Amino acid sequence: MTTRPLIPSVPTRTDGPFSAAYAQLESREQAVAPAWLTALRRAGNAHFCELGFPTTDHEEWRFTNVAPIAALPTHSPEKREVDRSELERFTFGQMPTYRVVFIDGSFSTTLSSSELLDEGVEIHSLKTAAQSNLGWVQKHLGQYARADENAFVALNTSMMEEGAAIRIKANQHVKTPIHLLFVSTSNQAGATTHPRVLIVAERGSEARILESYESLTDGSTLTNAVTEIVMEEASHLEHCRLQQESTSAYHVGTVHAHQSRSSNLITHSISMGGRIARVNINPVLDAEGCECVMNGLYVVDGDQLVDHHTAIHHAKPRCNSHEFYHGILDGNSQGVFNGKIFVRPDAQKTDAKQTNRNLLLSDGATIQTKPQLEIFADDVKCTHGATVGQLQEEAVFYLRARGIGKEAARRMLVHAFASDIINRISIEPVRVELDQIMFDLFERERSA
Amino acid sequence: MSTSTETIEQFVNREYQYGFVTDVESDEAPRGLSEDTVRLISHKKGEPKFLLEWRLKAYRYWLTMKEPVWPNVHYPKIDYQNIIYYSAPKQKTDGPKSLDEVDPKLIETYKKLGIPLREQERLAGVAVDAVFDSVSVATTFKGKLGEMGIVFCSFSDAVKEHPELIKKYLGSVVPYTDNYFAALNSAVYSDGSFCYIPKGVKCPMELSTYFRINAVDTGQFERTLIVAEEGSSVSYLEGCTAPRRDTNQLHAAVVEIVAMDRAEVKYSTVQNWYPGDEMGRGGIYNFVTKRGLCKGVCSKISWTQVETGSAITWKYPSVILKGDQSVGEFYSVALTTNYQQADTGTKMVHIGKNTKSTIISKGISAGRGQNSYRGQVKVMRSATGSRNFSQCDSLLLGDKCGAHTFPYLEVKNTSSTVEHEASTSKIGEDQIFYCRQRGLSTQDAINMIVNGYCKEVFRQLPMEFAVEAQKLLGVSLEGSVG
Repeated sequence: MTTRPLIPSVPTRTDGPFSAAYAQLESREQAVAPAWLTALRRAGNAHFCELGFPTTDHEEWRFTNVAPIAALPTHSPEKREVDRSELERFTFGQMPTYRVVFIDGSFSTTLSSSELLDEGVEIHSLKTAAQSNLGWVQKHLGQYARADENAFVALNTSMMEEGAAIRIKANQHVKTPIHLLFVSTSNQAGATTHPRVLIVAERGSEARILESYESLTDGSTLTNAVTEIVMEEASHLEHCRLQQESTSAYHVGTVHAHQSRSSNLITHSISMGGRIARVNINPVLDAEGCECVMNGLYVVDGDQLVDHHTAIHHAKPRCNSHEFYHGILDGNSQGVFNGKIFVRPDAQKTDAKQTNRNLLLSDGATIQTKPQLEIFADDVKCTHGATVGQLQEEAVFYLRARGIGKEAARRMLVHAFASDIINRISIEPVRVELDQIMFDLFERERSA
Repeated sequence: MSTSTETIEQFVNREYQYGFVTDVESDEAPRGLSEDTVRLISHKKGEPKFLLEWRLKAYRYWLTMKEPVWPNVHYPKIDYQNIIYYSAPKQKTDGPKSLDEVDPKLIETYKKLGIPLREQERLAGVAVDAVFDSVSVATTFKGKLGEMGIVFCSFSDAVKEHPELIKKYLGSVVPYTDNYFAALNSAVYSDGSFCYIPKGVKCPMELSTYFRINAVDTGQFERTLIVAEEGSSVSYLEGCTAPRRDTNQLHAAVVEIVAMDRAEVKYSTVQNWYPGDEMGRGGIYNFVTKRGLCKGVCSKISWTQVETGSAITWKYPSVILKGDQSVGEFYSVALTTNYQQADTGTKMVHIGKNTKSTIISKGISAGRGQNSYRGQVKVMRSATGSRNFSQCDSLLLGDKCGAHTFPYLEVKNTSSTVEHEASTSKIGEDQIFYCRQRGLSTQDAINMIVNGYCKEVFRQLPMEFAVEAQKLLGVSLEGSVG
C-alpha cells in the first residue's frame, strides 16, 4: 500500500551493540555507582532483554517500524567541545532561563548557567545526584516510567547515567523557567544518548520547565530520553518539550507523570525533527482533584515519521484531563497519533476530553490517528474527537474576499492552525519564539 | 412508539424467552474437524467439485492460522475438535417442496420465535428463509420473487441451481484467507441464504433470514451471499436466536454483499443469540465476518445492527467503497449486560473517488458487560474528495461495566475529510427525575431514555424490526439499574 521501501520488522534481539553497550557501562560503573542504581539498571536490562525491540505486530508500534533503530550501530558519542555561541541559534537559546546543557548526553558545566537564580529549586546533574545518594532521587528515580512495558524505557533505564534531577521545594514559586537543553553533535550513525530526567515538584510548589532536543549536525543519532515527573499535593507544573533534532536523527522520548491530590500539570509536546520520532506521554492521575492538560503539535515534511502516543490514566475520582493535539503533514511524511484515556473503576466524576486534528498538505502524506477510550466507571464525562482534512474553504474565501491571495491565505490559516496549540503555552517568550518558528515555516515566502 | 401494554412485572419476570429447545431428531456429523469432516459436509450437500476444492483449500489454510487475540474480549480457549460441525433436522423425504411438508415441530418453533412463516407469507409480505441449526428449512415467497427474476433461496439450493453465480461471487468479498473465522466458515459452512437481484429490479418486499441454533454442542456456520446487479435494490433482514445451555456454542458466519453500479443493499440484523445467564455461564460466541463491496459507481451498502445477544460478539460489518461516488453506512446499537462482551464496529475502506461513509454506533453497557467499539476508516490515495463522519457514543449503566473505543483513522490524501467523534456518559439523575415527575417509573424512564438514545439507529430499521428491537432493549436492560 505504501510506496515507501519496506524494512522487515525485526524480531526480538538482545545481543549485538545494545547489549554490548550495557555490559560496557556496567563494568565502567561498577566501582562508582551506588548499589541501588546498579540494581535499577540491571532490572532495566532484564526487562529490555525480555521485551526486545517492538515490531509492528505490537499494537503500540503498529505504524512505527523501529527496525532502523534496532539496526543502528549504537555507541557512545565521542566528546566534542561546543562553543557557547553555537547554542544561541537554538530555540530558547537566548531566553533568560536557568539553563542546563548536555552535550551528547554529558552535563556541561561551562555551558550551563553557573548560579542559581532562585532559592526554591535544586538542580543536579543526575550523575552527581546519584553518586551523592540524594534521598529524594533514590526514592523516586525509576519508580514511575514503566520499564516492564516499554522496551525503550527499559533500555534507557539500563543505560541511565546522565541527565537532570530537579526538585522544586515545597511552597516555592520558581519564576524563571528551567531549560534543559540536550544537544547531539555527532555526525556518526548510531551515536546514542539515553538522557534521564527526574522532576520532583513538592507540595504546593510551582515551576516551568522546558526540555529541548537539538542536533548540531546531520548524523543518524539516537536519542532515547525518559522524563519522570512526580507531583506532590497541590503542585503546579508546566512542562514544555521541544524536539527539533535533525531530520536524519532518531528520537524516542517518554514522559511519565505521577500526580497527587489537587496537582495541576500542563504538558506541551512540540515535535518537528527526526527521521523517526516517537513520543510517549503518560500521566497518571492518582488522587482526587488532579488536573492535567496535554497539548501537542507535530509538524513534519519529507520522509519524516512522527508518532505520539499519549495515555492518561484516571485512577481516582474527580479528576479532569484535557488534551489537544494538532498535526501538520507535508511531503511524504507520516503522522501517527494514539491518545488513550483510561478511566479506572472507581474514578467517578471524571471529565476527560481529547481532540486530535490533522492537516494534510500534500497527497504523499499519511496520517493514522486512533483516539481510544477505555472506561470502567459510569458517572463520567468523556469525549474524544479526531479529524483529518484540509483548510476550511469558507475561511480561505473570507481572507480572499479581503484581498489576500489564495496561497497567502492558505499559509496564514496553516500558521493559525499551529498557533492554536502554541498559544496555549503560558510562558510568553516561549510562545513568541515558537510562533516565530511557525511563521518562518509557513508564512515566509518559500523562495530558494 | 411501543405498542405493547406489558407491565413492568412481566418484564422483570421475563428471561431469555427464546431459550427453549425443540425436540427434533437431527442428522449430525461426528464431533471434530478434519478433512474428512469437510468432505462429509460437502458430500451430504451433494456439492459440485469446485466447492469441495474450495472448502479444502480454506481448511488447509485455516490450519496454518492462529486464533486472533487482539479483540478486547476474554474467553476460554475454544476446542475446535469438540464441536459438531454439521447438524440437520432429520427429514423423511429429501427436502420440503412447500411449507406443508416442513416438520410441524419446526414450524412450531418458528411460531414461538414470532416468525409465523405462513402468516407472514400472506400478511406481512416478508419473504423468509429460515435456517435451523445448519440447514435451511423453508423459504417463503420463492415463487413470487422468481417471477421478477429474483433468486432468494438457501445456499445449498443456489449451489444446485445457480452454480455459475456461486462460483463467480463466493469468496469474492471475503476470501477464505481473510481471517481465522472466515477460513473456518469457508471450510465447514453448511448452509445459508443466497440472494440475487437482477439488473434494474427493485425488490418489492423485505427479504429475511432467521437463524436458530437448536442442537447441543453444535457450531453454526452459515454463509450469506447477496448480489445486487446494476440499478437494483433490496432490503435484507436477519434475526437470530438459540436455546439456553450452560456450554458455549460457536457461531461463525460470513456475509458477503456485492453491489454493482447504482445498486442499493440494506442489511439489517437483530442479533439475539442466547447471551448466557446472569453469572456468565453459557451463551453463544458470535464471531462473524460481514463485508460488502460497492463495486459499481454510485452503489450503496448500508448495515444496521442491533446486537443484544451472545456471550461474546466479535463482528465488524464493513464496506469497501471501490466504485466512484459509492456510499457506505453503518448504524449499530450494541448492548452488553451481565457478563456479555462485545467488540464490534466497522471498517470503511475508501478506494473510489468522492466516496462517502457514515458510522453511527451506540454502545450500552450494563451489569458487568464490556462493550468495545472498534472501527477503521481508511482513505486510500486514490479516494480523492472522500468524506467520512463517525460518531460513537457509549452509555454506561452501573459502575461495574466498561466502555471502550478503538477507532483507527488512516488518511492518505489531502482532499478527503474524516471526522470522528465519541462520547461516553451515563443517564443523568435530572433526566430520570424529570420523567418520574411525570409519573413514569424509573425503569420506564430508563427504557425511554435509552430508546431515545438509540433512535438514530432504530430509524434505519424496517418498522417490524424497529419495534422488536425496542422491546428487546427493554427486556435486556431489565434490572440493570438501581
